[in-house]
Amino acid sequence: MLDRLTFPQPWLSLSLFLIWQFLSEGVSGGSVVLGLVLAWAIPQLTQGFWPERPSLLKWWRMPGYLVHVLRDIVVASFEVAALILSARRPRSAFVVYPLELTDPLAITVLAGTISLTPGTVTVDVSDDHKSLLIHALDAESDEEVIHSIRNRYERRLLEMFE
Amino acid sequence: MMIVALYLTIAMVTLAALLNVYRLIKGPNATDRVLALDTLYINAIALIILLSVTLGTRMYLEAALLIAVMGFVGTVAMAKYLKRGSVIE
Amino acid sequence: MMHPVAEYAISALLLIGGAFTLVGAIGLARLPDFFSRLHGPTKATTLGVGAIMLSSVIYFSASGEGIGVSEILVTVFLFITAPVSANILAKAAMHIDVPPAEGTRGNPWDQ
Repeated sequence: MLDRLTFPQPWLSLSLFLIWQFLSEGVSGGSVVLGLVLAWAIPQLTQGFWPERPSLLKWWRMPGYLVHVLRDIVVASFEVAALILSARRPRSAFVVYPLELTDPLAITVLAGTISLTPGTVTVDVSDDHKSLLIHALDAESDEEVIHSIRNRYERRLLEMFE
Repeated sequence: MMIVALYLTIAMVTLAALLNVYRLIKGPNATDRVLALDTLYINAIALIILLSVTLGTRMYLEAALLIAVMGFVGTVAMAKYLKRGSVIE
Repeated sequence: MMHPVAEYAISALLLIGGAFTLVGAIGLARLPDFFSRLHGPTKATTLGVGAIMLSSVIYFSASGEGIGVSEILVTVFLFITAPVSANILAKAAMHIDVPPAEGTRGNPWDQ
């Protein structure tokens, strides 16, 4: 029993603990105890669902990446808004994006980034984890979509993860 | 001035919610309807925040948090039902 | 009393947020097929709610009630879940063979 009193994923436990403090209107004795219990129990219960230990090597690059993505979201939102309001028919396309990333967590982050930035949505990951199917709302050519994702996001994630 | 902006925003978000209801009724596919519901709950969150700013109280924000959590789970459950034919296998 | 700069910032953010929410809904209503409609709400609405949320954070901290954590939590939560629900809906649409609009280049693959 005592050997299970560990925190297999310290970062997950720490963020769960902090989120619980935020949720419970002010830090008190009760919220600290309950937060500790949750920070221990949730990683234990979900351990089977984590494929392997995420290998986020250069985590200090994450804030810079987030700021970069946030700026892109704002810029691209205006483009998508203009497209929706114009009478022009969007040139939508399904694009197969060949992945250079291999880490599952890194692929998830890339897919989420593609979905969050306006104009592109990740539809599916191929079974062999080698390519993403992307739907672009308005694209002149497939190469343009692949090129911009490669340069804007995947390069940075490659530096971060491998 | 702020109160004018606030009322204008409430009007815009309400109009947005009505457009979502239009898509919810029109369909034509089940996924379109789920997407309309997904957008509708996000707009409901926006309306609740606007309400709490109008009334100057923070009480309603807890409700916004709950809708965010429940709405996401609901969307995922409906999408999974459409894909697999059952929610819990 | 609220600082005039805070008031201008709140008003501007509110109007930007409302406009984006409305544009997202217009996209949902008038784009031609499901896969394009997926773009309207997941983007414009997330940014719209983000801006409205930011204005609420400024409002409550300017009126001296401290920084609100629940608004920030809701925003972070929406930003994390929006891509997930868009992705799972797109997968469901591929599974039940929702047709893409005419003139769409490429095909959804089938595995």
